[in-house]
Amino acid sequence: MSNVPSDLKYTTSHEWVRPLPDGRVEIGITDHAQSALGDLVFIDVPAAKRTLASGEACAVVESVKAASDVYSPVSGEVSESNPRLADTPELLNQDPYGAGWLTRLTLSSPGQLAGLLDAAGYAKFLDEEST
Amino acid sequence: MAYIPHTDADIRAMLDVIGARSTEELFDEIPAHLKIKALEGVPAALSEMQITRLMNERACADGRALNFIGAGAYEHYIPAPVWAIATRGEFYSAYTPYQAEASQGTLQLIYEFQTMMAALTGMEVSNASMYDGASALAEASLMAVRAHRNSQSKRILVPRTLNPTYLKVARAIAGNQNIVFVEADFDRATGCMMPQSLQTHEGQDFAALVLQQPNFFGNLEDVRALTDWAHRQNMLVIAVVNPTSLALLEAPGRWGESGADIVCGEGQPLGVPLSSGGPYFGFMTTRMQLVRQMPGRVVGRTLDAEGRPGFTLTLQAREQHIRRTKATSNICTNQGLLVTAATIYMTLMGAEGLARVAAASLQRTQDLVTALTRIKGVRAAFNSPRFHEAVLQLDRPVAPVLAELAQRGVIGGLDISAQFPELGHALLVCATETKSQDDIDAYANLLRDVRGAA
Amino acid sequence: MNELKAREPVIFDLSQPGRNAAAQMVASVPGDAQIPQSLRRGSPPLLPQVSELQAVRHFTRLSQLNFSIDTHFYPLGSCTMKYNPKACNSLAMLPEFLGRHPLGPETHGQGFLACMYELQDMLKEVTGMQAVSLTPMAGAQGEFAGVAMIRAYHRAQGDLARNEIIVPEAAHGTNPATATMCGCKVREVPCDANGDVDIDALKAAVGPQTAGIMLTNPSTLGVFERKILQVRQIVQDAGGLLYYDGANLNAILGKVRPGDMGFDVIHMNLHKTFSTPHGGGGPGSGAVGVSKRLAPFMPIPVVYKEGGRYRWAAEADLPQSIGRLSGFMGNAGVNLRAYVYMRMLGREGMVRVAEFAALNANYLLARLRDAGYDPAYPERRASHEFIITLKRQNREYQITAMDVAKRLLDHGFHAPTTYFPLLVPECLLIEPTETEAKEDLDGFVEAMIDILREAEHDPEKLRTAPHTMPLRRLDDVRAARQLDLTWKPAA
Repeated sequence: MSNVPSDLKYTTSHEWVRPLPDGRVEIGITDHAQSALGDLVFIDVPAAKRTLASGEACAVVESVKAASDVYSPVSGEVSESNPRLADTPELLNQDPYGAGWLTRLTLSSPGQLAGLLDAAGYAKFLDEEST
Repeated sequence: MAYIPHTDADIRAMLDVIGARSTEELFDEIPAHLKIKALEGVPAALSEMQITRLMNERACADGRALNFIGAGAYEHYIPAPVWAIATRGEFYSAYTPYQAEASQGTLQLIYEFQTMMAALTGMEVSNASMYDGASALAEASLMAVRAHRNSQSKRILVPRTLNPTYLKVARAIAGNQNIVFVEADFDRATGCMMPQSLQTHEGQDFAALVLQQPNFFGNLEDVRALTDWAHRQNMLVIAVVNPTSLALLEAPGRWGESGADIVCGEGQPLGVPLSSGGPYFGFMTTRMQLVRQMPGRVVGRTLDAEGRPGFTLTLQAREQHIRRTKATSNICTNQGLLVTAATIYMTLMGAEGLARVAAASLQRTQDLVTALTRIKGVRAAFNSPRFHEAVLQLDRPVAPVLAELAQRGVIGGLDISAQFPELGHALLVCATETKSQDDIDAYANLLRDVRGAA
Repeated sequence: MNELKAREPVIFDLSQPGRNAAAQMVASVPGDAQIPQSLRRGSPPLLPQVSELQAVRHFTRLSQLNFSIDTHFYPLGSCTMKYNPKACNSLAMLPEFLGRHPLGPETHGQGFLACMYELQDMLKEVTGMQAVSLTPMAGAQGEFAGVAMIRAYHRAQGDLARNEIIVPEAAHGTNPATATMCGCKVREVPCDANGDVDIDALKAAVGPQTAGIMLTNPSTLGVFERKILQVRQIVQDAGGLLYYDGANLNAILGKVRPGDMGFDVIHMNLHKTFSTPHGGGGPGSGAVGVSKRLAPFMPIPVVYKEGGRYRWAAEADLPQSIGRLSGFMGNAGVNLRAYVYMRMLGREGMVRVAEFAALNANYLLARLRDAGYDPAYPERRASHEFIITLKRQNREYQITAMDVAKRLLDHGFHAPTTYFPLLVPECLLIEPTETEAKEDLDGFVEAMIDILREAEHDPEKLRTAPHTMPLRRLDDVRAARQLDLTWKPAA
C-alpha cells in the first residue's frame, strides 16, 4: 500500500498540496504516482514567477519508459521550485512528500484547497482505481 | 515469385493446427465485397536474372557523365571498406536497437558516430541522425523555438545565401506549426551576409538566426561576427554546415564569443553516394543544456548487471512512442545505415584524411574557376573566399549551354538564374577531390567549344 | 549456440597519433591557405587514427554483436522484418545509379526515372489510390505528408475550422506526434473489448472541427478493423477525410485496397511491406498514395511521363502542393530497392504476401495458445501479427514480458515488440512475416515452451536474462541519469 499522509490535500491526478505556515502552498506528486512511474530520470519544474492556472500542466516527470505531466492543483504564482531535482531526480522516488517536493506557489485566491481530496478521500480513490 | 518457403505439406500441416480449411479462410473477418481477386496492373514477375538485366540496361542508359554539380550533394571518393561493411547483413538487415543486449554493434557504432559529429562540429552532444540536411534544418528551427528561454517568438531569420531548397523544406515542415521564416538579403559583391544587411532586423524578436557555412554560393560567411550579433539580439544561432569543410573551417561550437547553439547539416559527403538524392542522412548536434529539446534517437553508455560498460538508447521519453502529442518530433525510423557508412568513412579518413579531401576540393574548385573564367563571357560572380563551390556568370542563358554540355558528356553545374534573378545568367559549379586537371581541362575546352559554336 | 562475439573497445581507444589508413589519403595540397586565418579551424577534430585493417576489423566485429534478419528470426511486431533480397541491394547499387547527381539533367536519368514512375504505378495499383508521391523519407514523414494534405485540402475549401485529427488510442505514437507537428489537435478514441474502434465514442468525437481520422488497419492490436466501413461513413458524414496508416499493409497486400474502401490517403512503409532494409534504424521510405481530391496537394517532386520521356514534376505542375519534405527526391535509393522487389514479386507474388504472412501468424498464434500462452484477443483471427499477454504469468510467477523477451535472445531469437500497444498489459506483439519457414516458427515455439517451463521452475533465470549475450541486462536508469553520450579521453 502506498503512503498517504493525513495532513495533505490531493487530486485524482495524483498531486498533493501542503499549506505552508507563510500562506504559500507546496506541491508534489504522491507516493503512488512515483511508484507507478518507476525510477525517475528527469524532472522539469516551473520557473519562478510563472503564473499557473488550476489544472495547468506545470511540470514533467520522466522515467525511462514514461513521461507524465504534473497538473497544478491550484492557481497561483510560482515562488520557487525545488532546485535539487535537476541533478537528483531520485529524491522524488525516495521522499515524495518531503525532499521530493516540486514547487511552491503563492495562491491567487484563498480557499482553493477546500475543493481538493483529503487523505481519506484520496486513499479511497486509489482503492477504487485499483479494482 | 514471392520469397515464400512453404511446401504444400507445410501449408496443410499449418492449416490443420489453425483449424482452417484454406488460407483464404484466414481473411474471413474482412467484408467479402471488399476483397480483390488479382492485381492486374502489376507486371508479371521477373526472375532475379531478368531484373538484373533490366536494371543494368537502365543504369547504362543513364551513363556516367562527368559531374560538376554540388548544391547540397557532393561527389567524394568512397573507400571500398565503407559499403562492403555497411551492407553486411548484420548491419543492413537489423532494425532499431530496441533490444540493447542483441544490438551492441549498432549501438556502439552510433555512440562512436555521436562522438565524431560532436567533435567535428565542436558541440557537446549529437543525435543518431535525421532524414537529411534540409529536414534537419526544419527540426532545428522547431527545436530553437521550443528551447529559447527568453522569447516566445516563432520567427526565424534566414539569410538568402541559404540553400533555397532548405528554406522550402523548412517552411513545408515547420510552417504547419506557424513558424515564420523571414529572409535577409545578401551583399551582391561578396555573395555573403553583411552584418549591415541585418540592421533592419535589430531589436526585433526572433527565436533564431540560421547561418550556412559555406553558404549556398560556396562563399565563406563571417560567422564570428554574425554569431555574436545574433546572440546580442537574443537569438539562438542555428548553424548549417558541410561536414567535410569542418576539417578546415572553425567548428560552429567555437564561432564568436559563445558558439552556435544548434548545428545541423547534410551528412552525405561523409561516405554516402549521390544516388539520385538519397538515402542521405541529416545530423544534429547541440549543447548539453539543450539535449532534451533535441529530436531523434540518442545512444548512451551505461553499465550492465555485472558492471561492464555497454550501450543503450536513452532519453527516449522525448520521443513519439512515449510522449505522443508532446514529443519533440514524430521522427521514428532515421537513417541508420547511412550513419554506419559515415562512421566507417570518418574512421578511415581521420582528421588528416578529411582535411586533405577538403583542401583538395577547395583547390580543385579554384582551378576550375580559373580555367573557366579564362573563357570569354565567363566571370566569377563574387570576390569572397570560398570552399568548394562557386557562382559563375555567363553572357548568355545558362540552360542551353548546360544542355549542350550534357549531350557531350559533361554535367556542367546548376543553373540558379531562376532562383537568383539578380545574379543574371548564374551557374553554380563544384569540383571535389575526385576531379583531375584533365577533367577540368576537358570541361573548359568543351565550354569554349559550345560558346564558339553558338 | 547463439552466442555473439565478445565486446569490442570503442574505436577511440584503438587510436594512435600518427596512424592512418594510408591508401585513403589523397595528395596533400595547400588549398587551405586560401581560407582567411580568422575562419580556419583552431585545432583538428577528434577523429580516430587507425589503419585500414584496424577499421575493417573493428566494424566487422561490431556487426557481429548484432542480431539481424540475415542471422536470426526477428519477429518484431509492427516492423515487418522479412527477408531483404540481396539483389534489391546490389541492383540499386549499380555504379551509374550511385553516381547520378540528384540535380543532374533528366536526359541522363531516364533509366532511374522510369523505375520511379513504374514504382508509383505499382503502388497505385496495390493500394487502389489515384496518385503516388515517393518523396517522404520514412513512415512518420509519410504520415506528416498525409495530415498536411488533409489540412491543405480543408483550407483550399475555405474551411479553416477543421483542425482536429481523430486517432484511435491503439495507434502508433507517431500518429498523435505527427498530427501535432502538422499543427492539429488530437482527439483519441478508445477501442472496444474486441479490438475494434468504439463506434459510439467515434460518433461523439466527430464534428465540424474534424479534419480527419488516422486509422491503422489492421490495427496495432493485430486484428482487422471489422467496422471499417462504418468508421468511414461516420467520418465522411462529419466532413472529415480518411487517412490509412499503412504500417501494417503487409497484412492486406493483394487482399483489399484502401482506395476501394474510400480512403483519401495512405502512407506505405516501403521498408516493411516492400522489403527494403531496416539498416539498424533506417533509412525507410514513406511513399503516400492519394485519392483524386488530394492529388493536387501531394508532396513534390513526383515523376511524370510525357511522350515517352520521364521528368520531375514540381512547383509549376502542382502549385497547391504541400511542398518539399526533403532536400532532393526523398530516399531515392530505397525506392529503387522497393522497385526491384516489386518487379520480382510481380502480380503472381504480390497477391501471396498477405496470405502467407497471415498463415504464419495464425499458425504461430495457434501453437503458442496450445503451449499455454494467452492471446490478447482470443476470439479474433490474427492478421499478419498478433498479441499475447503475459498478465497471468506475471501474476503467477512474477515475470514480465521484458523477462521473456530477454530470455528469447538466449535462445537465438530476436524478441517480439514488448510493451506496445500500451493498451494490453505485459504484451508481446509478434509478427513472423511470410518469408519464415515452418521449421523456424517451430523452433520459436519450442523456445517459448522452454521459457514457460522456466517461468514455473526457475523464474530467476528469466528475471536475470539474457545470459549468453555479450552483456547482461543494461541499466537504462543509469544511462538516463548520468548521460554519457560521447567518448572522452581518459583524464
